Amino acid sequence: MRIIRLPLAALRWLASCLLLGLVLVHAAQAGPLEDAAALFANDSFTDTAKAIELLVDSGAEHAGPAIDALNNRRLFVAADKTVFFRDASGAFIALVSGAKLPAEPAGANGVRVNNRIRSVINTALGTLTLQSPDPAKRRAAAEAVFKSRSPDSETALQAAIRNEKVAAIREIQQTALAAIIATSPNRSDIDRLAAIEVLKERGDRESLTPLNQIPDSAGANVKDAAKAAVQTINNRLATWSAVQNAWYGVSLGSVLLLAAIGLAITFGVMGIINMAHGEMVMIGAYATFIIQEIIRQNAPGLFEYSLAIAIPAAFILAGLIGIAMERLVIRHLYGRPLETLLATWGISLILMQAIRTIFGPTNREVGAPAFMSGSFRIGLIDITYGRVWIVGFALVVFFAVLALLRFTPLGLQMRAVTQNRRMAASMGIRTARVDALTFGLGSGIAGLAGVALSQIDNVSPNLGQSYIIDSFMVVVFGGVGNLWGTLVAALSLGIANKFLEPFAGAVLGKIALLVFIILFIQKRPRGLFALKGRAVEQ
Amino acid sequence: MITSAILARLDLRGRLFLAAILLALILVPVMNLVVPAGSPLHVPTWLVSLLGKYLCYAILALALDLVWGYCGILSLGHGAFFALGGYAMGMYLMRQIGTRGVYGHPVLPDFMVFLNWKELPWFWYGFDMFPFALLMVFLAPGILAFIFGWFAFRSRVTGVYLSIITQALTYALMLAFFRNDMGFGGNNGLTDFKDIVGFPVQAQGTRVALFALTLVALAGCYILARTIVTSKAGKVLVAIRDAESRTRFLGFRVERYKLFVFTLSAMMAGLAGALYVPQVGIINPSEFAPGNSIEVVIWVAVGGRGTLVGAAIGAVLVNFAKTTFTTGALAPYWLFALGALFVLTTLYMPKGVIGTYAEWREKRRERSTLAAHAASKPAE
Repeated sequence: MRIIRLPLAALRWLASCLLLGLVLVHAAQAGPLEDAAALFANDSFTDTAKAIELLVDSGAEHAGPAIDALNNRRLFVAADKTVFFRDASGAFIALVSGAKLPAEPAGANGVRVNNRIRSVINTALGTLTLQSPDPAKRRAAAEAVFKSRSPDSETALQAAIRNEKVAAIREIQQTALAAIIATSPNRSDIDRLAAIEVLKERGDRESLTPLNQIPDSAGANVKDAAKAAVQTINNRLATWSAVQNAWYGVSLGSVLLLAAIGLAITFGVMGIINMAHGEMVMIGAYATFIIQEIIRQNAPGLFEYSLAIAIPAAFILAGLIGIAMERLVIRHLYGRPLETLLATWGISLILMQAIRTIFGPTNREVGAPAFMSGSFRIGLIDITYGRVWIVGFALVVFFAVLALLRFTPLGLQMRAVTQNRRMAASMGIRTARVDALTFGLGSGIAGLAGVALSQIDNVSPNLGQSYIIDSFMVVVFGGVGNLWGTLVAALSLGIANKFLEPFAGAVLGKIALLVFIILFIQKRPRGLFALKGRAVEQ
Repeated sequence: MITSAILARLDLRGRLFLAAILLALILVPVMNLVVPAGSPLHVPTWLVSLLGKYLCYAILALALDLVWGYCGILSLGHGAFFALGGYAMGMYLMRQIGTRGVYGHPVLPDFMVFLNWKELPWFWYGFDMFPFALLMVFLAPGILAFIFGWFAFRSRVTGVYLSIITQALTYALMLAFFRNDMGFGGNNGLTDFKDIVGFPVQAQGTRVALFALTLVALAGCYILARTIVTSKAGKVLVAIRDAESRTRFLGFRVERYKLFVFTLSAMMAGLAGALYVPQVGIINPSEFAPGNSIEVVIWVAVGGRGTLVGAAIGAVLVNFAKTTFTTGALAPYWLFALGALFVLTTLYMPKGVIGTYAEWREKRRERSTLAAHAASKPAE
């Protein structure tokens, strides 16, 4: 390896020396800037085009700004045939020397530009930025060439590939070159086949365009290879789009899960229809907003931890409001589910209006800490960190609730009261206290959902309204009194929603799901995972 | 003879209710049309329309009370039937605009021209004829309720489950009607009406006539509902409300009774919607909003569940309060008041205004008879 690498490096060094030498000799000999200036001074479109090429080849530092100036009609020819331009800052700069002029020369006329010149300018600018010292600019330039596939950029692109140090950018440049080779006329079939191979390797939606534009002059085997490559890429795209839908579905499902877990406890375990559940979610979101406001004003350094602080705060606030609701209103309505529904609806109206009165009807800004912003890429899909956190948070909350119900004394008492209230009371369980705590737990979890939703939804007084029907659907679909059912229902509804969307559109997809659930309840009134029992009525 | 048959069905409360309707039927038109505008007794036309709107709500509440109060079916989707009836009427009114629309198209309503539609969708056929539209006012909500009830009652979906899926039903319909390509005007709905059976909708005479019609419809719906609940079938309905399984075990086809009363109630709601639209001048998808349907439930609860008259009175009372609240400086507090109404009614007045009053009178009578009894005893 080492033996081969050394001569290669040496060769490369030699080559760049030679190139540098050539450029130097070229500059010393003809003075491309002078030639360019002379051509610009003619102000004929053909000469202007030539002049632009000369400028690009000159490698002068102000070539880029000069061409940019021409593009914006800021390149002028003075009465004495000096060519100069006004740069972006407004200074006048001579084209030949690149030095600042003290004042605008007299009798200046703008060099004219037409559409043909503009395309030359664009190519020239692309070439110039291909080797820009800024990697982001280089990458963008390479992508631009890949999209334009202009054969004029080929030489510049090849030079750029030779000098490129960053492997990822070089890869883009190579695919750009492949796109040019594949689509421009008069290439050998072997080159084209290699180019198709490179494009297939890239394999995203953009690579389909050059593959579909192979010129007719190409050989039959080239066309077949292109067709095969298109097929491969399409398959790959279909797979990835399915993966993407599944991810979006999981993401939506986890939001539904968060909103529904609390309801699964109040409705599923206690049998209380809590129409104010959505407002508990909203209160959780507003708690996050309040915490962030306090942090912003008093300790901006803590902003990164705002969500961590908001989680217990939202839980406690929503939980306390829930306990108050249970003590004051719901307690008196046990055994009358329809009345409970109406009373909690009334409470939801009051809570919504209270929030509207205090915070105003408009959306409130809740910021995202740094660890939740940004995204990463797997294959062909972008995944935002925020969504990953929410999915993780939903699962953590879910399993925490499950563990709480199963392994703690409180959970044991809750289950006992649910299954047989009078027997539990005879065993010494204070059922009234357990009721209040259970309801508080359900409401507190809704508050937690609010913290998560504040990151992806508008924090407004109507936040809860948009989730209440969905949450009920999830709980009813999953089976009342069964947390696992809630998990399965939330995820399957989320995924089904996202897979329906591309065919039916967002609204129709949602309607289809609602109709499906309405029909489903007719068939299995107790949901997917019904608790087995012998009672005729609940 | 018919009158006496009807009167035989009515208790004192019902007779008073019908008398009040008759009084309004005479007084309001006279006070609007005959009494000069300057007089303090004059009822302005806008007030006539407002009262008409309340009465439409009263019919809707009556329809809900029939299923909830007497059969225990708490429908949170009655707003959907109301809106469907309203849309049927709205479609008729749209077709009556003819060439007077902004775009002046002879057949297509404005919003279709705007959406670049070339011909009338099939479901708009026939709505230029009033009898057909009138039929659809009953059929559209009726058929939906029949299909929905057929599935729901046969698989014994009851209680809160039924409430939740009726809510999902109206929510799904709302989403659907908000779509422009549904062909019902999207979120703008149907508006800008000109004529109804040849009379201009905005005219004073038409408005008074619509008001009177609504009163007549309310009376008709009340008599019909009263006839049903006092009949044998009505007894079965109440039995279903109080002990559904027991009724089934006694051999009654519970789901048939439920389906019948649910469908009938949906048609009443549709009629209410149809009368509502020309008086308000617009119908849009927000009528399907789940919140509206729940509000209807509170009207019934305030007035008194299972009393029919109470439902109508509750609807008028709550809506009158709503208008007073939302037009004044108290507007931001209306939702507090409404919310408190929900909570307090369910907690402290589960029988509503009428029920509580009846209970109070009953108690007083009992006490007075007891007292009379006690007073008469020593004399013996």
